[in-house]
Amino acid sequence: MTPETGAKGQQRPPKAPEPYAPVGARPDDWALQHPLDPEAKIDLDEILADLERYRPRRRGWTWRTPVEDQVLGPFSYRETSRSLRRSVPLPAAKYFGDIDPQPDCVVTTEIASGRFEDDIRRMRMTAWHGADHMMVIRTAGQSHMDGLLEGTPEGVGGIAVTRKQVRATRKALDLIEDEVGRPINFHSYVSGVAGPEMAVMFAEEGVNGAHQDPQYNVLYRNINMVRSFVDAAVAKRIMAAANMAQIDGAHNANATAREAWKVMPELLVQHGINCAYSVKVGMPKENICLSTVPPDATPAPCVRMDLPYAVALRDLFSEYKMRAQQNTRYIESCGREATVNHVLNMLISRLTTADIQSTITPDEGRNVPWHYNNVHAVNTARQTLVGLDGLRKVVEVDREAPELKSKVREIKERAVLFLEGMIRDGGYFGAVQEGYFVDSGCYPETNDDGIFRKIDGGVGVGTVVERADDYMAPVCHHFGDNHLPEGLGKPCDLIGGCTLCDEALIPFIDELDPEDNVNVRLERTAELREKGLIKPEVQWAGDGIVVVTMFLPAAERVAEAAALELAKAMNLQEPEVVHKQVMHPAEGTLLEVRGRLDVTVDPATLVIPEEKQLLPEDEIRAFVKEHGLKCVAATVGNDEHSVGMREIIDIKHGGIEKYGIECIYLGTSVPVDKLLDAAIEHAADAVLLSTIITHGDIHRQNMEKIADLAVEKGVRDKLLLISGGTQVTDDLARSWGMDAGFGRGTTGHDVASFMVEALRARAAQKE
Amino acid sequence: MARADEYLAWRTHLADLSDAELEARFWELVDEIVDPLVDLARTHTSPSIERSVLMRMGVDSLTCNAVVNEVDKRGLLGHGAGHVVLHCAQQWDVDVRAAAARLAAGEGWDLVDQKWGGRDDA
Repeated sequence: MTPETGAKGQQRPPKAPEPYAPVGARPDDWALQHPLDPEAKIDLDEILADLERYRPRRRGWTWRTPVEDQVLGPFSYRETSRSLRRSVPLPAAKYFGDIDPQPDCVVTTEIASGRFEDDIRRMRMTAWHGADHMMVIRTAGQSHMDGLLEGTPEGVGGIAVTRKQVRATRKALDLIEDEVGRPINFHSYVSGVAGPEMAVMFAEEGVNGAHQDPQYNVLYRNINMVRSFVDAAVAKRIMAAANMAQIDGAHNANATAREAWKVMPELLVQHGINCAYSVKVGMPKENICLSTVPPDATPAPCVRMDLPYAVALRDLFSEYKMRAQQNTRYIESCGREATVNHVLNMLISRLTTADIQSTITPDEGRNVPWHYNNVHAVNTARQTLVGLDGLRKVVEVDREAPELKSKVREIKERAVLFLEGMIRDGGYFGAVQEGYFVDSGCYPETNDDGIFRKIDGGVGVGTVVERADDYMAPVCHHFGDNHLPEGLGKPCDLIGGCTLCDEALIPFIDELDPEDNVNVRLERTAELREKGLIKPEVQWAGDGIVVVTMFLPAAERVAEAAALELAKAMNLQEPEVVHKQVMHPAEGTLLEVRGRLDVTVDPATLVIPEEKQLLPEDEIRAFVKEHGLKCVAATVGNDEHSVGMREIIDIKHGGIEKYGIECIYLGTSVPVDKLLDAAIEHAADAVLLSTIITHGDIHRQNMEKIADLAVEKGVRDKLLLISGGTQVTDDLARSWGMDAGFGRGTTGHDVASFMVEALRARAAQKE
Repeated sequence: MARADEYLAWRTHLADLSDAELEARFWELVDEIVDPLVDLARTHTSPSIERSVLMRMGVDSLTCNAVVNEVDKRGLLGHGAGHVVLHCAQQWDVDVRAAAARLAAGEGWDLVDQKWGGRDDA
């Protein structure tokens, strides 16, 4: 099929990205003066130096810049944004001039290594694949810490979120966003019992977005409900002052309920409560994002079931932003299965709308995400969203289809019934005490398996006090009754400024724990960095973790035991089967085994073959135009394969014809003498000979035979003899008399480049 | 309490609402649930909120903890920890950060008691 052409029906070269100006950077911006070198690793020492003085360049969230009807390479797009200055395009982009269209929505990656110094490297990798929302998962347990942590302690299943960690990460992200040429949003959690303080610290440190939803604390962290809501109002007002994007916590009901597809009415209610509460305490609607997950997964007919929910949600919340999250409820250890579910989730994003497309790593069902899986997940989003670009221009959700229409209506009605029930039972607090939430019944059905919380229970119970008649908080952006003296310009005039108005007042504490901190951790891996040693890793520098995929012709349990033995034989420490899948109960099992390989490689000791440099395509075309270039091609021996040769020759596959090279293709099973005669007859410059590797050594004999014949007939120096095939190597082909051999992965460009260079060399020799 | 799906019986009063009316009903009910929560927040405070006030006054987190713990222990959180620090800063004629540091070190609580009359369960 011919590629789609641009808006005016003609092909245009890829547009150069718009000149990039960092959002919010001042003339003395540190990051601008210390740009990253794309060829060098990020310098952690530089990130950690002078942190006490580092200031982020901006506050607040940044959306992507959409480009209408963007033309990139041979295609035009309907739902893309400004391109990146630097990126790693999708693998197939090599067929399309390495274009890298970026979807219109922000793309999230969730990062949780537990060490910020490693998170930073992961963020840089994902940014190069199109992530511009770095969501740092917080370590389990921090939500119950009544106060802030300082320093850089290591987290479990996420990071300890501290001022130093946040400042260092933001500093690195300022460098990374300049490298890729797009603002990057940094995000974490304003939840737990220290929400208001977290919000202040995030506002001060230029964190751009955060989860904030008092219902999340109540239901999943068992934080006292009164404390959670009172704190949330103050936290939200501060977030609003810093123009942060807020993401709610409703998706957790979906991830928790036994039958996730039944909680749809409740999800609407949870979104409604957090949205209304946020607006009433001063947050603008355009900063409020609903965290919404398609509740179902295959083998359910999930798209048909989830689409009415997605439509109902967008009807009711049309003034708010949609953060489309991916389903985690039904994720298992199979990365392929998870990826397909995520693609189906994004079909719903594209059939409806998404302002932020979140991504879940395909390994979330087996371990705390590994860094290359963050990249995979971002690429799943980039590939799918670009693949579905402009879908609604040609396909429409039929709002009048009876099934959709009645389902949308039913979900909304059930949500209204849910709210009516809450009011009958005493409002929000009463409803939580009655176990309304995360019940697996589709309201008004209930299964009595919801989460029950008591108003006089939970973490932080009894800590809320009434504000007295003289209550005063002499700072800006404070929610609630505040009895300030009259006549102030702004509240903090009373104290000569607050940190939200004057960043010079922001204090910085470096480290509190002499053992559990970044300096001690970096010391342990210093040798790797200083000597440039190479050790495999999946989440931390030098962790040594590798995964081996193996198929074992044995039943599941036997295969698992055998796999561990094999892993030990491979010298893998602490091997563990992380995925197994029955191919057949008796015939065999697929397994993936994780283990630690305590081996390092010193690159100085490696012998690395020189990289082949190809001639530019235009130069090849110019040569062919000037000198002409003709070749005769065939698959030799008793071989009926023609696919490989077609790939090399056909213009359709980007073969050598596209450079103007004339090709005479003789077909398959051609004897070598016929091939050579044809070359002589057509006065060809080159012979292309395709062969498979045979048990009988026929491929070698064929090459040697045609070379000998060419010498006999006196044409050897007039002809380039080139062989190809999936298992042909250049060295072997040359040893059997060829001028070159090409193996798997060869393109027309490789062959054309070789021919032109060889012909030039021969011409030079003659002179 | 487990309950069968009585949707069809429960929905009769909604059946005649247009889609727009149904959506308006949703938001009215949400407001009805949320308004008392907002009122509660407007008139109450917590240790975390008060620490967030001191943070905005430029006080580091360790000092915030120490001051708010003591204010809370004395039952004065309802007056505002920032208010307490501001009062002492004015009495001592120092900036609020210096005042917070002195309070954290145990100084000045007599000044606080003089103003707010010691333990007060307000």
